Amino acid sequence: MDRGHYKIFLGMAAGVGKTYRMLQEGRAEAEAGRDVAIGYLEPHKRKETSEQARGLEVVPRRKVSYREVEVEEMDLPGVLARRPQLALIDELAHSNPPGLEHGKRYEDIAAVLAAGIDVFSTVNVQHLESLNDRVAELTGVRVRETVPDSVLGTADEVVLIDLTPEALVARLRAGKVYPGENIEAALNNFFRIENLAALREVSLRQVAEDVESKRLTLHVPEQVGTREERVVAEVPQAVGERLLALVRPHPSSQRLVRRAWRSAQRLGTDLDLLWVKKPGRPIEGDVERQVTALRQLASVLGATLLIEEHDDLVAAVARVVRERGSTYLMVGESLPRRGFARLREPLPQRLMKATPAGVDVRIVAHRGSKGEEG
Amino acid sequence: MIEHFLVGLALLLGLFGGYLIASSRWRGKRSERPQQVHQILLPFTGTEISRRALDAALRLARAEDATLMPAYLAAVPKQLPLECAIPNEAAKAMPMLEAIEQRATAQGVPVDARVERGRSYRHALSRLLDHETFDRVVVSATATGGASLSGDDLVWLLEKAPAEVLILRPGPEDHRILAV
Repeated sequence: MDRGHYKIFLGMAAGVGKTYRMLQEGRAEAEAGRDVAIGYLEPHKRKETSEQARGLEVVPRRKVSYREVEVEEMDLPGVLARRPQLALIDELAHSNPPGLEHGKRYEDIAAVLAAGIDVFSTVNVQHLESLNDRVAELTGVRVRETVPDSVLGTADEVVLIDLTPEALVARLRAGKVYPGENIEAALNNFFRIENLAALREVSLRQVAEDVESKRLTLHVPEQVGTREERVVAEVPQAVGERLLALVRPHPSSQRLVRRAWRSAQRLGTDLDLLWVKKPGRPIEGDVERQVTALRQLASVLGATLLIEEHDDLVAAVARVVRERGSTYLMVGESLPRRGFARLREPLPQRLMKATPAGVDVRIVAHRGSKGEEG
Repeated sequence: MIEHFLVGLALLLGLFGGYLIASSRWRGKRSERPQQVHQILLPFTGTEISRRALDAALRLARAEDATLMPAYLAAVPKQLPLECAIPNEAAKAMPMLEAIEQRATAQGVPVDARVERGRSYRHALSRLLDHETFDRVVVSATATGGASLSGDDLVWLLEKAPAEVLILRPGPEDHRILAV
């Protein structure tokens, strides 16, 4: 049996219209003659959302007793037994009470998909595991219900429901998100313009990364066809940037890392740090201290420190560039070359030759060598 | 003719052999050199640092041929894992470290910077003391532009730091700060 088609509506915050859009698209499918049923809907007492659901069949919820309170949950066996062509299941990050088939709703959805039923679902960006910390730092609000990022990766389509922060605040003020008595509290806490702007950026970036990762996993056959077709095929290659900085366990590398991080921030991209270590050389003493410092710095910045053991620096870098899909390579200024080393081609040139075409190499000067004034 | 060639070849081989011996000795000496740790710690927080504290640390570092270790202390909120990425804090720390390094390099002082996380500034400092070695700590007792360590923190530092602690008295120049 073929797995169902999975579409996720992703939003930066409550109230952007994910559920509304899911219902709208579900309704359109129903009007086109498909068998559509609501597996679970959380209308949050929003009039517009409830109206959008009107006329669509709803699989009744089941009542579950949890801590002596009766709660209503999605009836997974009911949905599977009803077997619609398309099930609309709201809030995939929801945690089920103990005793149900799965701990999380996204696992229920996986079972529905496995039964060959198409699913539309919704999630807010702060529920994604890897973004949870970042969102909490940006907004000061941490959500407990998280889902692995891979859940987004399993979707056939991710639709970002975008709204400007100002428009969302206007919706909130108009009472379209929360009831009147909660509006002021929401505006003063989570729904501040700066919070929403940061969340919007995170959401947009997440969807861009999702598109990028799907592109990277696609098998690209030998490029044939007209020139126009080849150009179209090559266009997505230019979308994502990834920065790789070549470091060594030495204090001078920290400046390179800072520069690289700043560039990564500007490009809105990930940063990898690479140290190519000579085989057999132990990491001890001062080297160990410096590696620990680099690791610490990478962790603070959210960068990835890679340590590769290889005799040939250029070959190792070229391999990592290919594996990580790096588009920028940053290297520190080489030390003055002595003896026979003068006869060799400089490192940046060798790197340019060894790495794929289109990878830019940038040299970061040693501050000490220029005698800059403060 | 052949004799000249042979003499030239012998000369070249001799020079090459001499180069190899000299370079191996140089490498040997370099590896035998003791790993002397001689560092001055300059902890700070936020986007400014007391110019007096920085200048004092740089003067000492120059006089003692030491390395300056500016350390940005970041307080990670309790709801976040201690080892998580802190981009907002990093955005403050990186330009400050850059500015300090610029000033230090202009005075010929080598720099080996750190960023340390903790639940509080004192906790971050404590974690730094656990895994770094230094000979002196320079902090400013002023409320503005100092290390943002409280009086209690400074007492704690005096008790715990396995190094000489230099606490600068509040002075008329305390309004001078290095800020980004």
